[in-house]
Amino acid sequence: MDMHAFGTVAVAALVTMALRFLPFIIFRGDRETPAYITYLGKVLPFAIMGMLVVFCLKGVSFAAAPYGIPEFLACGAVAALHVWKRNTLLSIAGGTVLYMVLVQMVF
Amino acid sequence: MLRKAFLDTIPVLTGYVVLGIGFGIILKTRGYGAGWALAMSLFIYAGSLQYVVIDLLTGGASLLTTALTSLMVNARHLFYGISMIDRYKGAGRKKLYMMFGLTDETYSLVCQDPVSEDPAVQRERHKYYFTVSFFNQCYWVTGSVIGALLGSVIPFNTEGIDFALTALFVTIFTEQWLSTRDHRPALIGLVASAACLLIFGAGSFLIPAMIVITLLLTGLRSSVEGRRPAKGGEA
Repeated sequence: MDMHAFGTVAVAALVTMALRFLPFIIFRGDRETPAYITYLGKVLPFAIMGMLVVFCLKGVSFAAAPYGIPEFLACGAVAALHVWKRNTLLSIAGGTVLYMVLVQMVF
Repeated sequence: MLRKAFLDTIPVLTGYVVLGIGFGIILKTRGYGAGWALAMSLFIYAGSLQYVVIDLLTGGASLLTTALTSLMVNARHLFYGISMIDRYKGAGRKKLYMMFGLTDETYSLVCQDPVSEDPAVQRERHKYYFTVSFFNQCYWVTGSVIGALLGSVIPFNTEGIDFALTALFVTIFTEQWLSTRDHRPALIGLVASAACLLIFGAGSFLIPAMIVITLLLTGLRSSVEGRRPAKGGEA
């Protein structure tokens, strides 16, 4: 048994679980949730989706080829497809295929 | 319900299987086989952290380093719990797993509906949330074990297919944009994160971004809540 590996995996798992459980433990189910937290629960999903988009693109470099062009073309295509057809699977599939074509064949 | 959960998670299926395979392959090449891939995907179940953990394993990092790294990489999960407190309220025995399974992708699928006044509707939603959480982890576990077992024998060029997860977030961002009139929370998330990325760099922008987002949303509260009745409720 590799004790270092075991400990590393256990610590990573416990910290992640603690972060996921903590808000639920602090604001337990049987009590009324504070109005401020309910407010955050309403607006956070909108802000977090923006944060996750940035998080996904964090490794993109504008200083070196291909300067983030495939990512921005594909993200633009996803948004445009979605505004046009409003079909989630179509938007995601269209954008992903375009991105694959761009990184495999064009850039 | 099962069908809807499956259809809704197809983008996650694509992204998780591919990223899971990638994770399993790298883990295997560093000397940790399918058992470790399975254990990590079952118990850590956090994509970006698991990739980081591979380096911690092979680099001989101390447990304190591992704890602090996990905290930095996954602090954003605090936001997911805060958003889901009311939505997951009353989910009973299913709730423990629903809390555990709140990855970025699961969160993006379950955070869409406002809490319903009707308990029957909420019960159905809880079943749906649980199923989505479970399906998503199945995809991730399957991918990572396949990667560790088979190595790099994928029959076609998958470069770029993991963009499916980015596309998922862009699609949901767009859908949210189209279905609400008040775009300030969305803009705050996007602009504050981009600004913090430029200032703090890719490795450490998330926690400053979370702080800035929380402060700005807090400052916006009276204005948003004052507006809400005129908007006719959440979209």
